[in-house]
Amino acid sequence: MTEKLVVIGNGMAAGRALEHLFEEAPGRYEVTLFGAEPRVNYNRIMLSPVLAGEKAYPDILIHDEAWYRRHGVRLRAGRKIVAIDRAAKTVTASDGTETPYDRLLLATGSDPIIIPLPGHRLPGVATFRDLDDVETMLKAAESGGRAVVIGGGLLGLEAAAGLKGRGMAVTVVHLAPTLMERQLDPAAGYLLQKELEGRGIRVVTRANTKSIDGVDRAESVTLDDGTEIPADLVVMAVGIRPSTALAKAAGLAVNRGVLVDDSMRTSDPEILAVGECVEHRGQCYGLVAPLYEMAKVAAARLAGDEAAAYAGSVTSTKLKVTGIDLFSAGDFAECEGREEIVLRDASRSVYKRLVIEADRIVGAVLYGDTADGGWFFDLMREKTAIADLRETLIFGRAYAGGAPLDPMAAVAALPDSAEICGCNGVCKGTIVSAITAKGLTGLDEVRAHTKASNSCGSCTGLVERLLSATLGGAYTPKAVKPVCGCTELGHGELRRLIAAKELKTIPAVMQELEWATSCGCAKCRPALNYYLLAAWPGEYADDAQSRFVNERVHANIQKDGTYSVVPRMWGGVTSARELRAIADVVEKFAIPTVKCTGGQRIDMLGVRKEDLPAVWADLNAAGLVSGHAYGKALRTVKTCVGSDWCRFGTQDSTGLGIRLEKFMWGAWTPAKVKLAVSGCPRNCAEATCKDIGVVCVESGYEIHVGGAAGLDIKGTEVLGRVASEDEALETIVAIVQLYREQGWYLERIYKWMARVGLETIRAQALDDRAGRRALFDRFAFSQRFSQSDPWEPRARGAEAHEFRPMADLRALEAVR
Amino acid sequence: MNAMTADWIEIGRVEDVPLRGARTVKTPAGDIAVFRIATGEMLAIEDRCPHRGGPLSQGIVHGDAVTCPLHNWVLSLRTGEAQGADRGCAKTIPLRIEDGRVLLAARVLAAAE
Repeated sequence: MTEKLVVIGNGMAAGRALEHLFEEAPGRYEVTLFGAEPRVNYNRIMLSPVLAGEKAYPDILIHDEAWYRRHGVRLRAGRKIVAIDRAAKTVTASDGTETPYDRLLLATGSDPIIIPLPGHRLPGVATFRDLDDVETMLKAAESGGRAVVIGGGLLGLEAAAGLKGRGMAVTVVHLAPTLMERQLDPAAGYLLQKELEGRGIRVVTRANTKSIDGVDRAESVTLDDGTEIPADLVVMAVGIRPSTALAKAAGLAVNRGVLVDDSMRTSDPEILAVGECVEHRGQCYGLVAPLYEMAKVAAARLAGDEAAAYAGSVTSTKLKVTGIDLFSAGDFAECEGREEIVLRDASRSVYKRLVIEADRIVGAVLYGDTADGGWFFDLMREKTAIADLRETLIFGRAYAGGAPLDPMAAVAALPDSAEICGCNGVCKGTIVSAITAKGLTGLDEVRAHTKASNSCGSCTGLVERLLSATLGGAYTPKAVKPVCGCTELGHGELRRLIAAKELKTIPAVMQELEWATSCGCAKCRPALNYYLLAAWPGEYADDAQSRFVNERVHANIQKDGTYSVVPRMWGGVTSARELRAIADVVEKFAIPTVKCTGGQRIDMLGVRKEDLPAVWADLNAAGLVSGHAYGKALRTVKTCVGSDWCRFGTQDSTGLGIRLEKFMWGAWTPAKVKLAVSGCPRNCAEATCKDIGVVCVESGYEIHVGGAAGLDIKGTEVLGRVASEDEALETIVAIVQLYREQGWYLERIYKWMARVGLETIRAQALDDRAGRRALFDRFAFSQRFSQSDPWEPRARGAEAHEFRPMADLRALEAVR
Repeated sequence: MNAMTADWIEIGRVEDVPLRGARTVKTPAGDIAVFRIATGEMLAIEDRCPHRGGPLSQGIVHGDAVTCPLHNWVLSLRTGEAQGADRGCAKTIPLRIEDGRVLLAARVLAAAE
C-alpha cells in the first residue's frame, strides 16, 4: 500500500527531493505538498535576473502544473502549515484542514532577517527573498527614484545591480569595511566596490543604519553618524535565518536550524528535513548546491536506501551580476600550515588567491577572471594533490602540466607590436630598438628616450626585463630596497604610485600595486597608512589597526605594559594651574613616576591602560591636551626665554616657539619631528641638534635643518636667514610639509636631507617663494583634519574597547 | 543566559573585538588576548610575549600573526610560536564561537587553582 508523504515547503530543496524520489521509488508515496507562496516551484536563485530584466517568471519555473499532475502530487499552494501534531501524525493548514502523514518532509527554507529599525514597517521597505518581493521592487522602480539597499552581501548587491539596471539611483549601505566580507577577502571586496561604483552605484561601507524615516512611506535612511540618504525604496538584504518556528512548536530539536543527522532525519525519525531550514553538523547553508545534495540523500532515505548519507558540503559562491566575474569557495582563512598563492594583475583588475594546506587547495577567491573557478573547485572537492601543478597552478587549467612560465622567457616571446607602456602607448619594438640603436643602459634612459614607464610606472618591471633580455648580463637593475616582503616596491616608488594612480585605500594600494600578501604586515601597513593620510587629507579614513599601539591609544607603552602620559606644554611654558592639575592626577591615580623630558615636558610614567581616559579627562579639564610624545608627529618645540627675560635675548624665542607649536601640533609625519628656538647664538634651547632649529640673531632668524642627537649625533646645516617671524614660520612649515610629502616612513629629517640634499630643500622651501607658500597652504589644509586633541573624545568614551578588558574572569573563579 | 557551562566560558560577542585587532580578558592566571584576524576568524593566546612579557594584545595583527609592541617579535596566533629566527612560545587558549558569542575553554582558570 502507498504511504502518505507530506511535504511542507515548495522551494528548490523540496522540488529536487521529489524529483529524486519519483525516479527511485515511483508510486511508493501519495504526496501532498504545501507551499506558502501561491504558485508552483520556481528557481529562487534566478530572482536576480528577473529583477534585472534578463529573465521573466516563466523562464525560472522548475515544475509546471502538469508535472505535479503527472506524479499525482496534491499541490496546496498558498496554504501555510501552522501546526504539526506528531502524536496524531497530522499537519494543520492555515485554513484549518488537517492532513495525515506517515512520513513528513520539512523544507520550510529560511526567512529574511529584518532589523527592527525604527520605520522598518513603513510601506516602501522590502526584503529580497521571493517573487512577491521582486514584484514590489519592480513596481517601485517603474517610477525611477532612489533606492537604498541595506546590506552589501550577495543578495544585497544583486538587488542593487538589478534596481540600478531598472533605472533607479542606488546606494548600498554596508556595516563591514568591505563588501561581501564573508565570501571575499578585502582585496576582492575592493575590486568589487570599484566595479559597482563605476556602474554608478554608490557604496557606503562601515555604515550602521539607525532608522528608516518617512511619514506615510519610507522617504530616507539615516545612518548612526547622522548621514541622511533619501530613498523611495529601501531593500533590507542583511541575511537569512532558518525558518524553524513550526519545527520548534512541534517539539523537534532545533538549534540555529532544525537539527538533522547524516540521514537527514530530525529528532523524530518519521520526520526528515532538507534545505535552508536545517542545521547539519553545526552548519546551516544558504546556497543551492548543498540543498541539492541534501535533497538527494533525503529522497534516497525515503525510497528505502538505508546507506544514503550526507556528509556536509563544500560551497562556492558566484555573484549573479552581469559583467562581474567573481568566485569564492571553501575556506580562505589564514591558518598555521596554510600557504597562499596570490596573483594580481592590476591592469586587468584581476585578483586570484588560492589557499593551500597539506598540498591541497582548501580555498579560492577569484575576481575578474573566474574561468578556472570550476577547475579549482573540483581540485578542492576531490582533494587532489597539487604538488606537480603548483608552479603554474594559479595561471589556471590552460597552463597546467605545461612548462613553468619564466617571466624572462615570456617577455622574450612577446611580439614587437606588444604594448608595454599603456599610459604612453609604447610597444616592445620601440623600446628594444631604442636600447640597441641609442646604446641605452638603464631604466632612466629608456624613460627619457621612449617615455615608457614614465607615467604611472606600473610597467617598470616589464621594461626592466626588456633591458635584461636585450642587454643580457650587461644590465643590472638598480637595487631598490623593498618596503617589506609584501612588495618589490621601495618607499619612493610606492609614494609616487599612490599619488599617480590616485590610490586612496589600503586594499586599493595592495591590489593596484600587486602586493604579494593578502593583508600586508606590521612593516608595510603603518607606512601605507601614513602615506595615504599624507596624500589624501580629509579623504582617507585612518586605519587604527594599521597603527602602532602608541598612536592607537595616544600614550607610550612601557616595558611592563603600562603607559606614559605627556601633556602638551606650548613652547615648554606652563602655569600653576597646569602643574596643580598634573599633581592632582598623579596623586589620584597613584602614578609612580613623574619626570621632566629632554623636550621640556612633564612625563607621567606607569599609568594603567584602563585609567588613561580618566587621566585625560582630568588633564583636559585644566586645558591640557595630548603632547603627541608617542607619535610619528610633531613632538615638541623647545625654547629659551629669549628677549622676554634674558639679557642676551635678541628676539622673542618663546613666543615663536609657542606660535610654531600651536600651528603645527597634530600633524602626522614620516618620523618624529622635534623643533627648538634659541633666542641668541648661545643657543640654550640646543636648536642646532634638532630636526629643525631656529637661532635668533639681531637681524632675524637663522633656520637650521637636519640635526640629530639620538642614535646618530649630527649638528644642523644652515638653510638660510629670514627677516621676520612670519617668514620663519612659513619657511619651517614648508620644510615640514616637503618632508611629509617626500620622506620615507620612519626616515628622520636628517636622513631625508642626506638623501635629497640640502640644496633641494633650500630651493623648494626657502628660495621659491610661490612654492614655499604652496607647501605652507597644503600643510594648513591637512591640519584642518588632524589638529584636534585625540584625548578629548576618548576621555568622553570614544574607542572605549581599547581601554577596557573584554571580560574579567577573576571574580568568577571565587564563586566556583 | 548562564555565562558558565561546564567547559566553556562566555566572554562577549564577536563584534566586541575590532577586525585585525584584539581585546584582553583578565583571568586569575593572567591576561588573555583575544584576536579577530582579517578573515574574521578569532584566536586566543596568553597576553604575554615569551621574549620580555610584552602585551601581545597591543600589537599589529597581520595574517594570523601578531607583532609584539615591545620588541617586534612576530608570534603565530595559531600555535603561539615565535616566527623567524626567534625562539619562544606563548600559550594558546581554545576558543569557540556560538551564535556570535565568544567562548573560552574553562581551563583558562585552572592555573590559579
